[in-house]
Parts: sequence; C-alpha cells; structure tokens
Amino acid sequence: MAELTLLEAINDCFHVELGRDPDVMILGEDVGRAGGVFRATAGLRDRFGPDRCFDTPLAEAGIMGAAVGLCMAGWRPVCEMQYDAFSYPSLDQLITHVGRYRWRTGGKMRFPITVRMPYGGGVRAPELHDDSPEAYYVHTPGVKVAIPSTPADAKGLLAAAIRSDDPVVLFEPKLHYRTMRGEVPEGEHVVELGKARLAREGTDVSLIAYGSMVLLCEQVADELAGECSCEVLDVRTLKPLDEDALLATAAKTGRVVVVQEAPRTAGYGAELVAVLAEKAMLDLRGPVLRVTGYDVPYPYWQIEDAYMPSVQRVANAARKLLEY
Amino acid sequence: MAQVLPAERDLRRVIGDGDAVPDGEVDGLTEQDLLELYRSLVLLRTYDERSVVYHRQGRIGTYAIFWNHEAMQAGSVYALEDEDWIFPSYRESAIALLRGMPASVILQWWRGHPSGWWNPADYNVAAICVPIATHVPHAAGLAWGKKLRGESAVAIAYFGDGATSEGAFHEGANFAAVTGAPLVLFCNNNQWAISTPITAQTRAKALVDKAVGYGIPGIRVDGGDVLAVYEATREAVARARTGGGPTMIEAVTYRAAPHATADDPSAYIDLARVEEETRNECVGRYERYLERLGIAVDPQIKVKAQETMRRGIAEAEAEPPADMSLVFDHAHVEPLPSFESELRELRGG
Ligand SMILES: Cc1ncc(C[n+]2csc(CCOP(=O)(O)OP(=O)(O)O)c2C)c(N)n1
Ligand SMILES: [Mg+2]
Repeated sequence: MAELTLLEAINDCFHVELGRDPDVMILGEDVGRAGGVFRATAGLRDRFGPDRCFDTPLAEAGIMGAAVGLCMAGWRPVCEMQYDAFSYPSLDQLITHVGRYRWRTGGKMRFPITVRMPYGGGVRAPELHDDSPEAYYVHTPGVKVAIPSTPADAKGLLAAAIRSDDPVVLFEPKLHYRTMRGEVPEGEHVVELGKARLAREGTDVSLIAYGSMVLLCEQVADELAGECSCEVLDVRTLKPLDEDALLATAAKTGRVVVVQEAPRTAGYGAELVAVLAEKAMLDLRGPVLRVTGYDVPYPYWQIEDAYMPSVQRVANAARKLLEY
Repeated sequence: MAQVLPAERDLRRVIGDGDAVPDGEVDGLTEQDLLELYRSLVLLRTYDERSVVYHRQGRIGTYAIFWNHEAMQAGSVYALEDEDWIFPSYRESAIALLRGMPASVILQWWRGHPSGWWNPADYNVAAICVPIATHVPHAAGLAWGKKLRGESAVAIAYFGDGATSEGAFHEGANFAAVTGAPLVLFCNNNQWAISTPITAQTRAKALVDKAVGYGIPGIRVDGGDVLAVYEATREAVARARTGGGPTMIEAVTYRAAPHATADDPSAYIDLARVEEETRNECVGRYERYLERLGIAVDPQIKVKAQETMRRGIAEAEAEPPADMSLVFDHAHVEPLPSFESELRELRGG
C-alpha cells in the first residue's frame, strides 16, 4: 500500500490501466503536454505517446462525440472535462448519443466511454469552477455515475469505469484532490460499481452522502460523538445505487440525513429519499431530512461557505431527528 | 450575389519597428487621439500588473493575466461608440475600465465579492464570460436585436484562439452572418489555450479563414499594434453600422505571461519566444512609436493609472464583507418560498 493523494491515486490508476490495455486512451483539453490542469494525467503522454493521452481542441461536445466514434473503432476512450461546469457543452452528446447508442444498436455495440471531471466548490475559484452537476448525468438513461470520496476509491472506481463496457461518468471532489491522503493498493485495484461503502459504523443516525460530503459527515460524526452514534454511508456509485446498503443503514438506525452539495430541488438526494420512502417506511422513526446546497447559482467565493452544507447544518438535522 | 473575398492572410500593421519597417499612420487620428489610446494602454497595463501583485499579496483570488493583450483591447474599444456593446471573456475582464467603470468593481469580481456584479446596461459591457465562446451567440443576439429595433448600436465579442474550436463560436458567428447582425467577432489569437498551442487547435493557416465559411469579411491584424487594431475595428464597425453585417478580426499576438496566476507555463511554452515577445510588448512598442513621431507623453498618465488602482483596491477592501443572505439574492425576480426558511437556517435559527 502506498499513501497517495486523491490526485496521485487517479494518476496511478491511469498508469496501470493504460499499461494493461492498449485500447485505453485519454482525450481532453490540456491533458497531454501539461498533464491536465490539475495534473491528473501527468507523465502519461511521455510514457504512452501523444495519441493515447491526446490534447484535443477546446471543444467538449467534440470530445464527447468523438468518444462515441472512437468506441466504434475499437477504443476505450477516457474523456476529461476540465471542470464540472465546462462539461455542459457535452451534455447534448451525452444525452442524445452516449446514453442511447447501445440501445439504438439493439445491444450489438458497446460504448465503453469513461468521462471524468473535477467537481464541487470550496476552492475560492471564479464563477463556474464549483458546480455539482451529478443530477443531470444520473438522470440520463444509459449512463452510470460514480463519485469517489477517498484516494483508494478514486483509483478503484476509475479502473472499474475504464473496464466497464457501459458509459460511466466519474465526478472527483476537487476540494480534496491534494489535501486528502490515504492508503491506495498498488497495481491493479478495482472497486466494483454499484457498491456503497460504510465509512463509519454507528447506531443512532445514518448520514448518507457521496464525494466531498462524506468527509463532512465524518466530521459531523466526531462532533456528535458525545451525543449519539452516527453511521456514515458513502453511496459511492449513484447509478446503479446500492439499495441494500441504503436500506440496511436505515433499518439499523431508523434516522436518516441525506447530504448533498448540489442545489436541493430534484438533486440526487431526492432520489435517495424516494427509495427510502418506498422501501424503508416501517424502519424509519422520523422523516428523512436533507441538507443540501440551495436552489441558487453557486455563489461568489467570498460567500460560498454559506452555500455549502456545514458541520453545523448537518449536526442540527441529526439532532432534530434524535428529538423527533 | 454578394461576393465574399478570401480573408486576409497578411497582418495589417501601422507601427513600424524603428528600422526596416517604416511607421504608418491612421487617417483621421489626431495627436489627442493618439494620447488617448496611450492612456487606455497604460490604464490596462497598470491594472494587469497591479493585479498580479495583489494576487501574490493574497488580496485578490485567481486572476487571468492579460499582459501584452492591451493593444487589442484598447485599440478596438477606441473604435466603438458608447452605445456599442462589449462582450468580454475573462481575458478582457478589465475592459470596462475604458468605459469608466471603477477599478474596484472589477477587483471585487476577482475577489469573489458580490459587489463585483454590474448592470451591463450601465456601461454597455456584458458580464465577464467564463465558459469559453458561450458569449458569442449572446453578442450575435444583442446585435441582431438592436438591428431589428432600428437602433444603430453594434456589438463586439472578444474570444480566444481556443474558442474558435467550440460549437458556440460557430453557431454565434453563423447566426450573426445569417441575420446580418452588426457584430465584430474579435479573436484574440495569443496562440495558446492554456497549454494547447494553436497548431493543436486548428489546421487552418489563419483563424480568419473561418470568416470565408460564414460568408463574412475577415481581417488579420498585428495584435500588438494598437493602431492597426484600431483601424481594423473601425472598418468593421463602420460596415456593421451601415448594414454590412459582421466581420471577423483575427488579432495575432503571443501570450507572454501565464494563462492565469494558477498556471506555470514553463512546462509547455517556448521560453525564448516568450522573451522575444516580452521585449516587443505592445505598450513599449507604442511608446517608441510616439517617441519617433515626437509626441511627448505626460508622465502623469502613469501616475494617474497607479492612483486609479490604489483607489480601486482601497475601495474594494473597504467594502464590508458580503452578507451571506446574498446567496439567495437575484436568483429570481420572485424569490422561491423556500429561501426564507433556508436563510433562517443559515443564520442558525
Ligand atoms: C467551455 C469551457 N471549457 C473549458 C474551459 C477551461 N478553460 C479556461 S481558459 C481555457 C483556454 C482558452 O483559450 P483561448 O480561447 O485561446 O483564450 P485565451 O485564454 O488564450 O485568451 C480553457 C480550456 C472553459 N473556461 N470553458
Ligand atoms: Mg489563446
């Protein structure tokens, strides 16, 4: 095991997967010469050549659309979107083609596309470098979505996405890119898609989150340690959802707080709440509460902390449930 | 049938090199105009250099440097009337200084403070566009809309070489061409899009060749030559205002500074070339031109620009911290009912 940052774990994964499968190729803006603006793809152009770590023109729809054709030509493209909000030009291709093409061929053709991008706020950046757009992607039929919260999962989920024959979109918590370190298995390391991770065991309240909100929930668990025992479930794969893990923790504690950084309305948290309403009704001792971002454009960075779910907001929600 | 000429390939130049290339001049520009252009250049240069210092001092956030891009901005804006609309990218973040916007407003934008918002209609300067090329259709729409109303305003959209690869650029340019919108498509070709060189961006010999495909005229100009930029823009604006539709201008320069304060170009850029471009940067070039013409520049111009910035940063820093309730402001005309309880929650109630 090596101690790596989240970013180093992603880079490590690429070295392993490109070395393992000659059909895997990376394309994106500034991924080659510069090794990516966050350096997630550093060293790959030198090792595997400019065609397998390709600097594209500045065209996200082109990147996503070309990936469809690359699949038809036998490649396994991994597309980097430079930032969350800059993926939006590619949504047309994602929705009209990436998620539908296999279906359109009667299942005859595979589209093993991986799309990955840094997401989320808290980094004091100018406008549109802070979005949490996972709901748009999850809502697209034919597309799987995963969001790691640890370096080991960043490596393992990326490997699983690359090896998956279905299109998979990965969101990487950029807030923790360089600050989070963790043990990462060396060599091949795959984390199966569709499996949640119990980040912390507890008995009184379940805090359910993904991506950068998982660490926040663990901080809440620490904060509340004197008052109650919190379980933290890291959803990890948003689609397909690990319903068993979700229902198990709800059954165990009977109190659930869902935490999401994205705006509230029709966010992914709403889906989690809906599943609990359908299948965990009799286990619940109170309403399922959501702590989320607000239904506003992500704010200018001097006030971004007010937007972000905080330890206090999540802890208050947990306390409310305990008193219910 | 209207005939579309091939776009120009040769760079238009006015300023000579003090040696083999002779100085030219622009018809109709008085000495006062020449000094006014100089004032604009100095103001932009000072804004940029101070901003890099402020960033280092932690007084502004990440900042997109526009050093050696000032001639493109100053020259083109000088060819506009006040009624004309400017659509800047982040690279032209301070262009509204040339329309009288206080420096503090733009500094606040880079400080992540909501007082960095402005009403575009106050200056006829649209919001700073961060997502590449997405403002090009806005500019086309504004220009078309003004034309439909019988107004005489034109619009200018600034975008980079990288932006010409985006669908939004193409759609905006084509839209403007089809509607005959009075638009100037101003491409700042600084030959880099972060680490991606122009040769990886396009196979076209000149970006302005794209104009031909839209059926509009294309002009290629030395982007470090403020007078050539002014003259080219003046021609495009005159055509637009008299019903001749859009023009694409490709201003060729070189990004001699990092993409932004967070970027380290040493890994990908040609440092010898950067040094050469730095020696030939656009403000110094213009100063030497004025000197050759025997036009004295008032040292107060630089002093005043420094003062503008000192005042700008002082005003920005004197602004009270933004209240967190602003998170909920302006998202809708009629706020969502949920905002009230959310604000209460936020305030710890
Ligand atoms: C849609 C979109 N994709 C990616 C980015 C990230 N990005 C910011 S600047 C930049 C390069 C732009 O290059 P160019 O158009 O040449 O303009 P320049 O920065 O050189 O002025 C990129 C890729 C973005 N802002 N928007
Ligand atoms: Mg450029």
